[in-house]
Amino acid sequence: MSKMTMVQAINLALRQEMANDDRVVLLGEDIGRDGGVFRVTEGLIDAFGPERVLDTPLAESAIAGMAVGMAIYGLRPVCEIQFSGFAYHCFHQLESHAARLRWRSQGRLSVPMVLRAPYGGGVRALEHHSESREAYWAHTPGLKTVIPSGPRTARALMVSAIRDPDPVVFYEAKGLYRAYREEVPDEEEIIPIGRSQIVREGGDLTMIAYGAMVRPALEAAEELRASDGVETEVIDLLTIAPLDDTLILQSVTRTGRAVVIHEAPRSFGPGAEIVTRLMEGAFYYLEAPIARVTGYDLIIPYFSREKWYIPNVRRIVDAARQTLTS
Amino acid sequence: MPRSDIAVTDSLESLSILDEHGNLDRDLEPQLSKARLLELYRAMLLGRRFDERLLDLQRQGRIGTFPPIKGQEAAQMGAVFNLRPSDWFVPAFRETAAEIWRGRSLESIILYFNGFNEGGLVPEGRKDLPIAIPVGSQVLHAVGLGWAARYRQTDEIVMTFFGDGATSAGDFHEGLNFAAVYQTPVVFVCQNNQWAISVPVSRQTHTPTLAQKAHAYGMPGIRVDGNDVLAVYAAAAEAAERARSGGGPTLIECVTYRVMMHTTADDPKRYRSEEEVAQWQQRDPLPRFAAYLQQKGTATEPQLAEMETGVMEEIQAAVDAAEKRMGELGDPLAMFDHLYAEMPPQLEAQKSALARELADGGKEVDDE
Ligand SMILES: Cc1ncc(C[n+]2csc(CCOP(=O)(O)OP(=O)(O)O)c2C)c(N)n1
Ligand SMILES: [Mg+2]
Repeated sequence: MSKMTMVQAINLALRQEMANDDRVVLLGEDIGRDGGVFRVTEGLIDAFGPERVLDTPLAESAIAGMAVGMAIYGLRPVCEIQFSGFAYHCFHQLESHAARLRWRSQGRLSVPMVLRAPYGGGVRALEHHSESREAYWAHTPGLKTVIPSGPRTARALMVSAIRDPDPVVFYEAKGLYRAYREEVPDEEEIIPIGRSQIVREGGDLTMIAYGAMVRPALEAAEELRASDGVETEVIDLLTIAPLDDTLILQSVTRTGRAVVIHEAPRSFGPGAEIVTRLMEGAFYYLEAPIARVTGYDLIIPYFSREKWYIPNVRRIVDAARQTLTS
Repeated sequence: MPRSDIAVTDSLESLSILDEHGNLDRDLEPQLSKARLLELYRAMLLGRRFDERLLDLQRQGRIGTFPPIKGQEAAQMGAVFNLRPSDWFVPAFRETAAEIWRGRSLESIILYFNGFNEGGLVPEGRKDLPIAIPVGSQVLHAVGLGWAARYRQTDEIVMTFFGDGATSAGDFHEGLNFAAVYQTPVVFVCQNNQWAISVPVSRQTHTPTLAQKAHAYGMPGIRVDGNDVLAVYAAAAEAAERARSGGGPTLIECVTYRVMMHTTADDPKRYRSEEEVAQWQQRDPLPRFAAYLQQKGTATEPQLAEMETGVMEEIQAAVDAAEKRMGELGDPLAMFDHLYAEMPPQLEAQKSALARELADGGKEVDDE
């Protein structure tokens, strides 16, 4: 056990998987000598050599497309896309090939690759560096979309992502990279993909969040207890797609009230699917309309205004109170 | 014959007119008036000094991350100096000196790098695109602009900029191919500054030059000393003339160097040697051009010093104006502006919700 940032925790997962399995190779821009612009791959080129840590030329389409080929061959490529805002050239390769090769080949071929990318705002970054567009991937049949909420979940999910037989898009909230440290066990720890977690128990209200939004949800829950005496259950989705609705349905069946939180734009965002699942599976238990606290239907503004875009504790508390009083 | 040579005759030229030791090739020296030479020097100097000032501002926390241009003033100014106001300028993100020359205000650059969308405004009448951060993506826009300019039977040309790293992107190759197929009036200017963040150009491509990639698409390519403003100017003048007269596109590779960090978030000590940087610093385009101007009798040292004072005053005034303006630009609701020509109802509703939140003490968030 040692206390790690999310950057270190993902590094640990990559390092251990590479040590255990020579099929695991990394490719991406600046991931070698520079250790990645966020240092997630720091030291891996020294440990495993340039044959397994490829500092690629600048071409996201080639990174993803080459990984498809490597994965078909039987390797376990892990791509780093420097910022999720530059992953759109990968979309073509993932949508047209990675996500559908198993299906097209009638189960004969598969593409066990991982596409890692930092996403989200809050770090005063330049244009194109702060978006949360996980819905693009989550909407794609055949892909898995995973978003950890901190160091420990990042490590445990990365191991699963690398071992997964299907392509996984792994979004890392860059606002969490160095936000805090958490105990991460040295020995192997795995969270299966497709399983959400209850991170706080409560019987009055359910909050559903993932990635960087789990912390403000927990803070809001704390505030609601302190000032309103309300007990909030907080569920961390961890996997966006395929969405695991067992826990959220069980929880909302008990609490009758729900607030869904994400940084991504509101319309057609992951919240739309989550709310629909609740409507389909827990409608008769609902005591109030389900609330959404999300980014606006905007491109996240340049950083001087981004704090007004990103959901915050106050908005979550307000939405919760509305849910509780209606 | 089953196996014979195909005469692919493309040869590649390299051009240098004023080298780092001050040697001048008088036959190739472009004929620029005294006034034009001084304008060119001033634009390079302004680019340099403003860049240095931005770095100070960034280090003091008064602006956010930005990509310094230091050392690349000749590569961009020599090229863009050939454009007319009626031509189009399509930058990447490391062309600040060229942007300023084209008429972008220093103030708007400060606003932009300090996270204000207002810094993106392209004033009416200017035929410049905003900077493009997704590497290589803008190359295609230049081709479309060029095609449209032809369609409208104008003599406008388009000049687009990109780095060495961008030449690995599919967009670059697709853009060059389309430009050649449609013979669009585009000048492609590659600022080969040797690095794409931590990746040296030698690992970006397996070819000895970037200029030769032009030949794969059937257009002329030329490699120039990108720290020699006269050479860049001359090569771009030829390419601009070719484009304007219907001769189609050209690729120019300016061999230069990114003297500073990639952006202020980068630490180049992790991946390159100080000696390499020091070597390139000796090839600094500014003193080289200043010495030329003095030797030629275009300007005396005191005149250049006076120019420097003027430049510094201009920068100071812009910083003051920008900081004053930013103090007035707080309104969060402005983020809803300009997404669509007409705001859809759901966005109106979201904007109203934020307005209510602000009226209702939303300042708390501000104070966090
Ligand atoms: C499509 C895309 N991928 C990655 C990035 C991140 N990035 C920004 S600049 C850069 C390197 C660009 O190198 P080059 O084209 O040589 O331009 P330079 O920075 O040297 O001016 C990278 C990888 C990006 N902005 N866009
Ligand atoms: Mg470069």
